[in-house]
Parts: sequence; C-alpha cells; structure tokens
Amino acid sequence: MYSFLHHDFLEGNTMVSHNHTNTTVRPKGLSDKKKTALAGYLFISPFFLLFAVFGAFPMLFSFYLAFQKWNGFGEMTFVGFKNFSLIFTDPLFWKSIYNTLVIGLLGTGPQLVAALILAVALNSAIVKFKSVFRVAYFVPNVTSIVAVAIVFTVLFSEQEAGLVNATLGLFGISPVSWQTSEWGAKIAIATMIFWRWVGYNSIIFLAGLQSIPKDLYEAAEIDGAKKWQQFLFITVPMLKPIIVFVVFTATIGSLQIFAEPLIFGSGFREESMTIVLYLWREAFSNNAFGTASATAVSLFLLIIVFTTINFFASNRLDKSGK
Amino acid sequence: MATLRKKGFVNKVTIHVLLIIGALLSVFPLYWMFVMATQPNHVINKLPPAVVPGDKLTENFQNVLANIDFFGAMWNSFVVASVTTIGVLFFCSLAGFAFAKLQFKGREKLFTVILITMMIPPQLGLIPQYFIITKLGWLNDLKAIIVLGLMNAFGIFWMRQYIKDAIPDELIEAAKIDGCSIFRIYWNIVVPSILPAFATLGILTFMFVWNDFLWPLTVLRDESSYTIQIAIRALQDAYVRDYGMILSGTFWATLPLIVVFLIFNKLFISSLMQGSVKQ
Repeated sequence: MYSFLHHDFLEGNTMVSHNHTNTTVRPKGLSDKKKTALAGYLFISPFFLLFAVFGAFPMLFSFYLAFQKWNGFGEMTFVGFKNFSLIFTDPLFWKSIYNTLVIGLLGTGPQLVAALILAVALNSAIVKFKSVFRVAYFVPNVTSIVAVAIVFTVLFSEQEAGLVNATLGLFGISPVSWQTSEWGAKIAIATMIFWRWVGYNSIIFLAGLQSIPKDLYEAAEIDGAKKWQQFLFITVPMLKPIIVFVVFTATIGSLQIFAEPLIFGSGFREESMTIVLYLWREAFSNNAFGTASATAVSLFLLIIVFTTINFFASNRLDKSGK
Repeated sequence: MATLRKKGFVNKVTIHVLLIIGALLSVFPLYWMFVMATQPNHVINKLPPAVVPGDKLTENFQNVLANIDFFGAMWNSFVVASVTTIGVLFFCSLAGFAFAKLQFKGREKLFTVILITMMIPPQLGLIPQYFIITKLGWLNDLKAIIVLGLMNAFGIFWMRQYIKDAIPDELIEAAKIDGCSIFRIYWNIVVPSILPAFATLGILTFMFVWNDFLWPLTVLRDESSYTIQIAIRALQDAYVRDYGMILSGTFWATLPLIVVFLIFNKLFISSLMQGSVKQ
C-alpha cells in the first residue's frame, strides 16, 4: 500500500493535464499543476494514513494470526493450519455457519419481497398520506439493534404471558420457547431483522420505482397490459439494478449478524450462534486469538464466495433478460 | 363505468387497510417499549399482557439511574457521534473534492482502492485492531471509536459523486486564475455549495455511530467509557432482571434519535433514497 502511494506521489509532477486552461505560469515556487497535484495528495492522505494503520495492517495481520497460537499475552507460536483444522472440526463452527445462513435467509428473503410490495403500494397514485406511511415504516431503522433486540427479547418471551405467545394463544397455538429452541430462536431473530429493515429497503425500492418513466406504463396501458403484467414486465426489469444492489447488501449484512443473537439469546447459545458471534467468543471470551483469526479469515472467504455467486447470478439474469 | 369506479374504490380501501395494519405493526414494538417502561416488572408474567401505559414511568427510570450511569453514557455517545460526524464531513469532503476536481497522477487508481476497501468486512481486522488500540493505550477511551470512525470510504465516495455534479469545473478554474489557493477554493466555493450533501452524510454517520455496537463492545470495557448502547446492554446483566427497568433504559436511550428523526424525517428519508440510488 505504502510503496504504491509513494510511487504515485513521486511521479505526480510528470502528469499531463487535459482539457484545462491554466496556462498562466507563476514566477514563484511550484507551478499551478504541481500545486494542484500536491493539494490533491494532501487532501486524500488522511484516509490513506488511517487506513494503513487501522485498516490494511489489521486485515493483513489477521491472516498472519490465523496461523499462530496466541492467547493475547504470551508468545505467538506458528502452528500452520492447525487453527483451521481446529475450527473445521468443531461442530459449533459449522452450526454457526448454518445458523447464519438460515437466519439470513429467513430474515431477508420474505423481507425483500414484502419491501418490494410495500414500495409498489406506496408508489401507487391512489394511496393517501404517503409521507405518514413512510415515516411509520422507516422508524424501526432509526432504532438501534441493541434496543430492538432487548424489546424483542421481551416480546418473544418464553412465558405463556409473553406478548407473542399470548397472541398465538388466541389462535390456540401453545407457547413457543423462542429463546431456547432451535427454530424459535431463529424465527425470532429473523423477525427482528425483518422488522428493522423492511421499511428501509422499501424506501430504496421506492426511489427506484420513482425513476421509472411513467410513459412506459401509459404505453402498456394502451396496449391492454394488466396491472400484474405491468409489474412483472416493466417494474421488475427496470428495477433490476436496485434489486441486485439490495440483495447484495442484504446478503453481506446477513453474514455479519452479531448483536441480535448476542443480546436476544442472552449470550452464546448454540441455536443462535452466528459466525461473527463465534469469532467474538473465541477471541474475547476464550482468549483464543489464533482460532478467532482463522474464523475471521473464513468469514472473509465466505463473503467472497457469496459476492461471486451474487455477481454471476445477476449477470446471468442480465443475459436471460435480453 | 359505475362498476369500474366501485372496483377502484374497493381497491383503494383494501390497499389503505393493509398499509395501516402494516404501519401499526411497524410502530407497535416502539409503542410497547414505552408501555413496558411504565409497568412494574411482574406485569411481564401477567395474562393478558399489558398494552396500555402504567404508572411506573419515573420509578423505573430511577432504577435505571441506580444501575448505570445513564446520562454519562448518553454524553459519551453524543461526544463520539458528534466528533466523528464533524471529522467525517471535513475529511470526506476534502478527499471527495480532490477526487472529483483536482488533477493528480494515480487519481482513478486510488479512488478504486477506496471503492475496494468498502467491500471488505469490518470483522476481518477486528482482532488486530483491538490489539493496536490496546498498544496505543486507547482501551476504554472514546478516541478508539472516533479515530476508526473517521476511516470512512463511503463518505469519500459519496462526496466525490456529489461534488462532481454540483460544482462546474469552470468555477474552480476561474478561482485558480484569480489566485485562490486550493484550500481556499475548497473552503469558499466547495463547502457552501455542498450543504445538502453534508446534511445527508452527517445524518447517516451520526446514526451509524450512535447505534454502533460491535466495536464499542470490544474496546469500551470500563463503565465510565460506555456508550449508551453498551450501557443498556449492561442493564440486561444487572443482578435482578427487572424488565420494567431494562425497557425504561432502552426507551429513554432510543427516544432522542426517534424525536430527531420525526422532526427531520423528510431529510432523513430523502438522504437515504439519494444515497442508495447514487450507488
């Protein structure tokens, strides 16, 4: 990172400026071009300096630590791939990946569909009080995850009198152990994610909807296309870039779920252990910084895999759409 | 024609009813947080569950104050979020200006580096970051949150996009010919023309820092350094689990941001819409 920056810096004065008219040469000191370039480097340098120390170095060091045994105090010892084999043979590690994927899928799949429908409804010309609805649907996103998780802990209390259990009771459904059962915990956490993000994502979809030219719909109307046909053949294709963006960020976000299960399950319970929670527990609860770093590296690779899948899936959609 | 109009009316009613139900579900947990903040703890085991406020509003909050340094934590959050936001606005607009309007070698490449850093998950560097902070002696120090918060690639990206469109190149060239220094151009020309971008990025940054949890949980271990998020999480670990008290803390911690949101909701929502579409 450093050498690359440095190199550019030295070469800076030989650059050719295009299209600009600053031909006036100043007698004193640096030329205008040099001054501009220098200012440019100066202005962007805070980020790169910070990033070198607190971004790039820690990331690279994580890869190094992943091959060391270290408790945070004593000597580090090189152990090769032992940290990886340790976590890969730990059933809880796989459980945490499984949990992360299941919670992510439950929390984002239905949510994105709901968000899209909500956006279409909010965009419809017949709907009144749009700004009130927008505020109501968006307000959960302003709430912190910690607050959300605490409120949902009480909503999804295991007691018969818990609000969700009591409501289910009205329909004759017996109380669910939301916090300690395999599916209960996952559904409760997924609901939290749904609740906090559905409005946010529908606002993003709404922005996309508003950028679709109205005459497309008018033309379709004239050709006799029904509303659902217009939705399927105009709205969805035109919205594709936004859908891809939302799915992409939702996927990455799901892989990083941490606060919800930590607070909701009140600790490191197996049924709600996610991969970041596993990482954090290894590091700051077990002082096993080697295996924690191996987990961080694995998470990174997992994110790359999912990003690639997303990328190819959206490319394929692109081709089949044309 | 009459039947068509009737069908339109039915549609209109259905869509409004559905939207209202959804909106109530969306707001309900927040309302209910307030309800529980006013109820004694034993209400949590009572059937049917309480759905209207009780009379323990002040008592529960007094219990919160007995358990955590609520106002200290709010102040810490406020300091961290404000200082980070001001810093981010300054550094990101400066860098965004450089990437949008100043010619220097390697500009595009360096900008690509910024875009790439946005894709890296923050957890990857978490452990070494923790040890760097420890080495610097910044454990339990708000600096740890602020300094890392200033490292904001999205902000630079956002500012560059905005400045690129908002300020004509000719204006900058003219100012240069008049002998303005580059920083003067930034301060006198760029800053006044990008106030909307400041509002947007400011809101996003403040909200993010205020609500952040993972990093503060990692480096703020001493109660005096807790941000409000860490403090209300600590309420859960209090000796006696009094849910009236816990939700009272949560409610009062959440209220300020919700009030600010309700006042500036148009700005919040439009900020967000622009932000996502630009990407």
